Amino acid sequence: MQWEVVIGLEIHTQLATQSKIFSGSATTFGSEPNTQASLIDLGMPGVLPVLNQEAVRMACMFGLAIDAEIGQHNVFARKNYFYPDLPKGYQISQMELPIVGKGHLDIALEDGTVKRIGITRAHLEEDAGKSLHEDFAGSSGIDLNRAGTPLLEIVSEPEMRSAKEAVAYVKAIHALVRYLGICDGNMAEGSLRCDCNVSIRPKGQVEFGTRCEIKNVNSFRFIERAINSEVQRQIELIEDGGKVIQETRLYDPNKDETRSMRSKEEANDYRYFPDPDLLPVVIESAYLDDLRTTLPELPPQKVERFQSQYGLSAYDANVLASSREQAEYFEKVAAIGGDAKLAANWVMVELGSLLNKLGVEIDQAPVTAEQLGGMLLRIRDNTISGKIAKTVFEAMAAGEGDADQIIEARGLKQVTDSGAIEKVLDEMLAANAEQVEQYRAADEAKRGKMFGFFVGQAMKASKGKANPQQVNQLLKSKLEG
Amino acid sequence: MALERCDVEKIAHLARLGLNEADLPRTTDALNSILGLVDQMQAVDTDGIEPLAHPLEASQRLRADVVTESNQRDRYQAIAPSTDSGLYLVPKVIE
Amino acid sequence: MHQLTLAEIARGLADKSFSAEELTRALLQRIHQLDPQLNSFISVTDDLAIAQAQAADARRAAGETGALLGAPIAHKDLFCTLDVRTSCGSKMLDSFKAPYDATVVARLAAAGTVTLGKTNMDEFAMGSANESSHYGAVKNPWNLEHVPGGSSGGSAAAVAARLLPAATGTDTGGSIRQPAALTSLTGLKPTYGRVSRWGMIAYASSLDQGGPMARTAEDCALLLQGMAGFDPKDSTSIDEPVPDYSASLNGSLQGLRIGLPKEYFGAGLDPRIADLVQASVKELEKLGAVIKEISLPNMQHAIPAYYVIAPAEASSNLSRFDGVRFGYRCENPKDLTDLYKRSRGEGFGSEVQRRIMVGTYALSAGYYDAYYLKAQKIRRLIKNDFMAAFEGVDVILGPTTPNLAWKIGAKNADPVAAYLEDVYTITANLAGLPGLSMPAGFVDGLPVGVQLLAPYFQEGRLLNVAHQYQQVTDWHTRAPNGF
Repeated sequence: MQWEVVIGLEIHTQLATQSKIFSGSATTFGSEPNTQASLIDLGMPGVLPVLNQEAVRMACMFGLAIDAEIGQHNVFARKNYFYPDLPKGYQISQMELPIVGKGHLDIALEDGTVKRIGITRAHLEEDAGKSLHEDFAGSSGIDLNRAGTPLLEIVSEPEMRSAKEAVAYVKAIHALVRYLGICDGNMAEGSLRCDCNVSIRPKGQVEFGTRCEIKNVNSFRFIERAINSEVQRQIELIEDGGKVIQETRLYDPNKDETRSMRSKEEANDYRYFPDPDLLPVVIESAYLDDLRTTLPELPPQKVERFQSQYGLSAYDANVLASSREQAEYFEKVAAIGGDAKLAANWVMVELGSLLNKLGVEIDQAPVTAEQLGGMLLRIRDNTISGKIAKTVFEAMAAGEGDADQIIEARGLKQVTDSGAIEKVLDEMLAANAEQVEQYRAADEAKRGKMFGFFVGQAMKASKGKANPQQVNQLLKSKLEG
Repeated sequence: MALERCDVEKIAHLARLGLNEADLPRTTDALNSILGLVDQMQAVDTDGIEPLAHPLEASQRLRADVVTESNQRDRYQAIAPSTDSGLYLVPKVIE
Repeated sequence: MHQLTLAEIARGLADKSFSAEELTRALLQRIHQLDPQLNSFISVTDDLAIAQAQAADARRAAGETGALLGAPIAHKDLFCTLDVRTSCGSKMLDSFKAPYDATVVARLAAAGTVTLGKTNMDEFAMGSANESSHYGAVKNPWNLEHVPGGSSGGSAAAVAARLLPAATGTDTGGSIRQPAALTSLTGLKPTYGRVSRWGMIAYASSLDQGGPMARTAEDCALLLQGMAGFDPKDSTSIDEPVPDYSASLNGSLQGLRIGLPKEYFGAGLDPRIADLVQASVKELEKLGAVIKEISLPNMQHAIPAYYVIAPAEASSNLSRFDGVRFGYRCENPKDLTDLYKRSRGEGFGSEVQRRIMVGTYALSAGYYDAYYLKAQKIRRLIKNDFMAAFEGVDVILGPTTPNLAWKIGAKNADPVAAYLEDVYTITANLAGLPGLSMPAGFVDGLPVGVQLLAPYFQEGRLLNVAHQYQQVTDWHTRAPNGF
């Protein structure tokens, strides 16, 4: 049987506000337990929530970026259930009238095609705390620092057909929220978490199969593996005559398998109703118009512009636009260096491998865009060769200063004075008289290879500083001569 | 529609209320009596009427995104039934 | 000294007839002496009161003035009071010392009031008789065998018994006005959003409103002045200027249009109460008011709608009482579910549990539309009735309660019987309107109250009508025997 995989994703993004969605507590990650849990976050008797305007702005920015209908009259509702990390016994969320309605996002697939994924909705809600299961003599410990951190839950249509598509979608959302500056995207810290709804159906069947929800998958790699292992499980189950039951599952990366979550097995009845402590949020059109003017250029537009404005290949444009920081870095280098293709090469190849080696993001790059652009200028005006440039780049990375300082201090300036080059060549040829003899005796075919030898010797003699084009030219005339 | 004993048990479970076995019949009767009162609503014609959630129908005020709270853990945990190392303790949570 | 009203106390303190500390000590002594008969206090805060009184005297000595500077009051025990037990009348919160002050408590303290204690109440404000308190029933000072009404029954009994001049209350379905009526007090439920709910432990968030309870409208004006105002900590608080309520008291009632809803005078109303209400209407006519009959056709649907909305909100509001961060926790829970079920089952009383279950049911899958949404639609019908009525009248007048204070225990068998006592008060909560109850006479030695309702934010108008009425009647000056 040919199976078709159907995937829909719910992505929880923690919004990058200073304070929580309904209280003035800090949202800093990694603080001592319960030191960022205020009266409101603890759900003390008598406390009341007041909505953070920045959370609203960020949600609207997201809505505008995915071309969605904004819920100009959106309502907070209570989702009621008991769990120790949920202090009030209900989560303030949005149900019937979310802040962001239907929208869409285009994702680039590996075969070079673009697929449009529908986004059903995105709503604001508060995050829960954390249960820590280290053994306190048979107890769990509850830390409510995270409780009340603003979340934007982004719900996709079930329109992805493979784990790879799902990952491409999550990456696109990840890039988008970082472009918008509404989420730091730090998946290791849980800033962006993904629930995957997975089902399978015989190819050609219209109805969906029964789905399972894999909760809280927190890396791109695990999303792909979790979905693939769940798909495999469902196929084997059905082909063995079994039936998929709708349930919540957890992915165990160590065993590379999903398992049923016992605690969530019981059918929930969340008893949603409008939160009487909060009034409907009204978003004026004028506010949205103003906000629209603050939208940064988003990845698809950027990729297009990089191709048309700089003449980059689609691949290069996609790589460079994959994060806002990288795109900005590249554009700065290109502007200073005056050659976009050269800039693209240096940013992707040399800088890319340096960052990789150091394991840091581009915003922590040891070579600034100004420094790299300055170095490209020196390549373009022939002060240094491309080869010397690598030495200069390494020196910049080691903190030796700007390109000009390093070129000066290390004496790396390219020699372009023909007289000086001729002098080096004459000395070199004299020292290699035997090879000169052989060269002159050889036929055209052999000469090519031998010529390379002389160039190498000349560059070595000039400590790499002689202008390679001039060396070629002068050497040719001397040998032929 | 009158509630049966099993309905009451289900509701009590949803609300996490430990009911006394002995009280169940009395509780069931009381709930049915209240629901009998409440069911009088069904006779009211509310076609085309918008639900009213808040009497004044104002809109939500927004707060500036500013951190105004400081660490008060010791004070807040002084009234907690069970804590350890800054954490609230509960019977082991099984996921 | 215990006979003094807030206004008289303000004058006495201003002209130095007595100090706040002297007054406080006298009232504390009276509370300790007489309250055992009434059970109107859950906590008497002697030390706090004396410290506040001394501070008030010091402020006055430093030249400060203010009508509430040194004024002795008490708070219903659901207003969070820093480091003071705030029990909500529940075993659940018997050990709960609030880690913060409610806005009402903080504002009144800043104005210089002296907190004598925290008053008894129906558990989590759910009741009309003050019989559901974990701390026992409160007795009506007019007849100790009778209930004082609820849920602010402790505040009502204490003020009626002249243990102190005024107290705060809260009103979700009549919990200020009904006990005020049954104990011959003046009690005001303000417009929803007029008084901050921050720190006021919620029963039903879209209905709850704090307000003053005192013997006179003049005192209610003074206390409301200290309570009302915009609070950025409460999203439902309304940012409207607070008028000078005392200044509004003396306006003439000439030409005031008073509407009498015919539905308020139908079957179910004790005819002796109806007679006293009519007598009060005559007095107001003498003062120049014009009487009109009006109709509030959906009034009869208010109780069913209320008993969906209030329990639904309560079922959610009370989920935070789970034995984890504060409050009662059962002994040796064997697992998480056991912790929840026993802490809540043992910590909440039976009426609270009933309402939680009704609310849980009304919100549950498959019933939401038929119950919750239906009730919210009826809520709009009720509001629309009032909006239409206020096109033609300035205030609406009727009885506060259909019956006199009943004997303690008389309505315990059937919860619904007590629910029906709220028939005249509940509509104001559903519509969010201000309402006031004022003393209008006695039947068999038990007090009768008249209710006045006004358009949004017209608390001043209600106080004006009541004050003018109290200039020509003396019901509010009568004291129960033995107090």
